[in-house]
Amino acid sequence: MAGIIDIHNLDVHLGRGKDAVHAVRNVSFSVKKGESFGLVGESGSGKSTVLRAISGLYKNFTGKINIDGKVQNQHKGVDFYKNLQMVFQDPYASLHPRHTVDQTLSEPLQIHKLDQVEKRIRTALERVGLGLNFRFRYPHQLSGGQRQRVAIARAMILEPRILLLDEPTSALDVSVQAEVLNLLTELRIEYNLTYILVSHDLAVVAYMCEQIAVMNQGQIVENLSKDQIMKSNATERYTQQLLAASKGYDRDAAGKLLQF
Amino acid sequence: MSLIQQITEMYTPLLNVENLNVEFRNHAGKSIHAVRDVSFSLGQERLGIVGESGSGKSTVGRSILSLIPTSAKIKANKIALNGVDLLKLSELEMRQFRGNKISMIMQDPKHALNPVMRVGDQIAEAFRLHNRIGRAKAKQKVLDILNDVQIRDPERVFRAYPHELSGGMGQRVMIAMMLIPGPDLLIADEPTSALDVTVQMQILAIIDDLVRDKGMGLIFISHDLNLMASFCDRILIMYAGRIVEECRASELSQAKHPYTKGLLACLPTVENSDQKLTTLNRDPAWLE
Repeated sequence: MAGIIDIHNLDVHLGRGKDAVHAVRNVSFSVKKGESFGLVGESGSGKSTVLRAISGLYKNFTGKINIDGKVQNQHKGVDFYKNLQMVFQDPYASLHPRHTVDQTLSEPLQIHKLDQVEKRIRTALERVGLGLNFRFRYPHQLSGGQRQRVAIARAMILEPRILLLDEPTSALDVSVQAEVLNLLTELRIEYNLTYILVSHDLAVVAYMCEQIAVMNQGQIVENLSKDQIMKSNATERYTQQLLAASKGYDRDAAGKLLQF
Repeated sequence: MSLIQQITEMYTPLLNVENLNVEFRNHAGKSIHAVRDVSFSLGQERLGIVGESGSGKSTVGRSILSLIPTSAKIKANKIALNGVDLLKLSELEMRQFRGNKISMIMQDPKHALNPVMRVGDQIAEAFRLHNRIGRAKAKQKVLDILNDVQIRDPERVFRAYPHELSGGMGQRVMIAMMLIPGPDLLIADEPTSALDVTVQMQILAIIDDLVRDKGMGLIFISHDLNLMASFCDRILIMYAGRIVEECRASELSQAKHPYTKGLLACLPTVENSDQKLTTLNRDPAWLE
């Protein structure tokens, strides 16, 4: 248990009274430095909630979230976000429509009081493969893939060590998805980043991650290595069914699906 | 009727689209040629149209139903359903076809269903628009069709509002609504893209069984190549408004057009995870 991220007995409750939901139940996992960890599951399984609890977007959690050896409480300082950044699913919703790329990228620099703004923005744009002529464009002047590159540049500009990726390519076409996944792989190697990748797409997670946790109804059902997925070597029925369903349509298999 | 006429009738396809062109005008007045010279015909089969966003695949589906803005221009030699040219029909006559002979399943039940009307009443409306039938009989018909799309508690769902249903249930309701008039042709535009993979399998099985039992034609529009290859009989691949390739679904992996090959190559899998993903180099020649 000496990972850069250690999660121990995490529980998240959302909502109040009658509407209360126990969204994450007793989740524990550990991610080593430089590793890419995947969380897969169907909608409502709690995978994004885990990510949001780690990033501090949800404050009502119990259990231990340990990042870089430090126990995280509900309140997080600026230093925390210097080290850990997040990329969201929908690049159409996560960029401010009336901020230029330049404004979007300089905001984190102002918050963290960093110098050399000019140089940092230039490098950030270059390393996500956008030219400098994108710098003064608005989001509506960019394609979906270009927007997601801006979102990645915004996260990377603080030179964090951990990136939390919440369905980073779900809104993109497959050809654009390939470009963004390649970019994420290059960045990870170049800067020795640690990733937690959340996706409903098993193929994406299996491609990107060494360790994969399968979630259902707020719990981790099974932990798998890349090797186990390659050999379809899952022990839990739920995981087996998920693996089979991801392979495409099969009338016989569809008739035998179980409810979990 | 002569023998030749009889034979031609036997082989008249369910749907015949010849040289379809659709042009939109954007707010700056610039025209966008969204669909270019698309021709295909369809029998009682499952035809897939696959392409990336902006390729014109949904516009083809919507043009068949003339469900596109009046500012857009549709041009075609013909769009014929059972020999009747849909382009020559008046809007009033078209309404007899829309829903009744051809119906369309949209991507997101959250947007396509009326949020302030009970599910049962919406489905009944789809039937009663085209058939004179009493309220009680219509209700029975709705309960039957809800049963057909494998809703376990039809009475409860009948009384429910759309927001009270999950994504998978909502999609079943929409399928029920589209099937109740007994159409000859079903157009499904990304019917399972908003759903989880296991729910997707169940919904596809329902569509599959119903299309087979009732002898309908199906146009299945999607961006998901693997799904198409496993679900459809035949696939059209669209790029920038054109059909660039047509193939049997089972032979998709041996596709010849560089665009199709490129799309297939850039899919991530667990097996190719030690390699960089191939990216698509768009050749301007594909636009010719």
